[in-house]
Amino acid sequence: MSRAGTRVDAKKVNSELFTLTYGALVSQLMRDYENVEDVNKQLERMGYNIGIRLIEDFLAKTGSGRCYDFKDTAEKVQTAFRIYLGITPDITNWSPSGDEFSLQFESNPLTEFVELPDHCIGLKYCNVLTGVLRGAMEMVQMDISSVFVRDHLKGDSCTELRIKFIKRIEDAIPAGED
Amino acid sequence: MVADEILLELLHAELVNYVCSNEPKEKEPSGQLNKHCNLSTLEYFGFSTGYKLIERFTKDWSRFKDELDTIKFICTDFWTSIYKKPIDNLRTNHQGVYVLQDRAFRFMSKISNGTQHLDAAPLYIAFTSGLLRGALANLGINSIVTAEVQSMPACKFHIQVPRNQMP
Repeated sequence: MSRAGTRVDAKKVNSELFTLTYGALVSQLMRDYENVEDVNKQLERMGYNIGIRLIEDFLAKTGSGRCYDFKDTAEKVQTAFRIYLGITPDITNWSPSGDEFSLQFESNPLTEFVELPDHCIGLKYCNVLTGVLRGAMEMVQMDISSVFVRDHLKGDSCTELRIKFIKRIEDAIPAGED
Repeated sequence: MVADEILLELLHAELVNYVCSNEPKEKEPSGQLNKHCNLSTLEYFGFSTGYKLIERFTKDWSRFKDELDTIKFICTDFWTSIYKKPIDNLRTNHQGVYVLQDRAFRFMSKISNGTQHLDAAPLYIAFTSGLLRGALANLGINSIVTAEVQSMPACKFHIQVPRNQMP
């Protein structure tokens, strides 16, 4: 086969496939649920399931150890975004107590071909990410909450994900042992 | 800005999971029919994705000579970029039936080999059937895509192009 000048970038295609599949999922969810809130919740739940598996892959790939503090965690989250989505979000807006920070995205592969119609105003298109973070963190014994406070798709200048440390999940003693 | 490969696999697993977990909510009397509904959702995911993807994928390509040429393209470049390997075997009867065989299908490579999980196989190939159908549809070929699995992780896709629909 001789089609000159057409080399396909497999990584890029895979990435686009991911983006488009995610888009198909969101549109199906919008059809399945009447309520936008339910769609957000469902996306978060799916993200959670992805997150608890993804953390294994992350730890295997990077070989990183425990986080010393939440700042360290923030940097590792940033690394994870670079590995998995090829973007490096900025870490900003630390709260004085150091238990809350924001991730700012210039752009986001998930939203590459996306425009939100007006009736989807409550939809958090990337809500899967909040679930992924929660699931992944839970596996390393951290309870966090994350929420999108600004969204590119809703006309904000950037996308901002606010992450809050809630508590450390302690190792529970197995039942029947003291 | 390139997403890692594992994300697609995990997302795909979630799609399957979502479709399965919806099952009890729908009030279908027979389980069989229900399964059918769910698979069509998965197939739809694939179709709409394939339809959009191929548009970007073939942007810089010259026109395909004929149907066989298109299918060949699907088997080589398209398949390689998505499933990391070309199709192992392509057969056709030159009457509009094509059989694509993949001996190590990506979405089933993490499931244990053999026949013990065969009942779950349709869930893992419905997306890809849709993907093929969507890709072909946007290349001007209306088709019916079915798949069969005899033993994991090998699977065969049958593409049928109804002759009377061709110009």
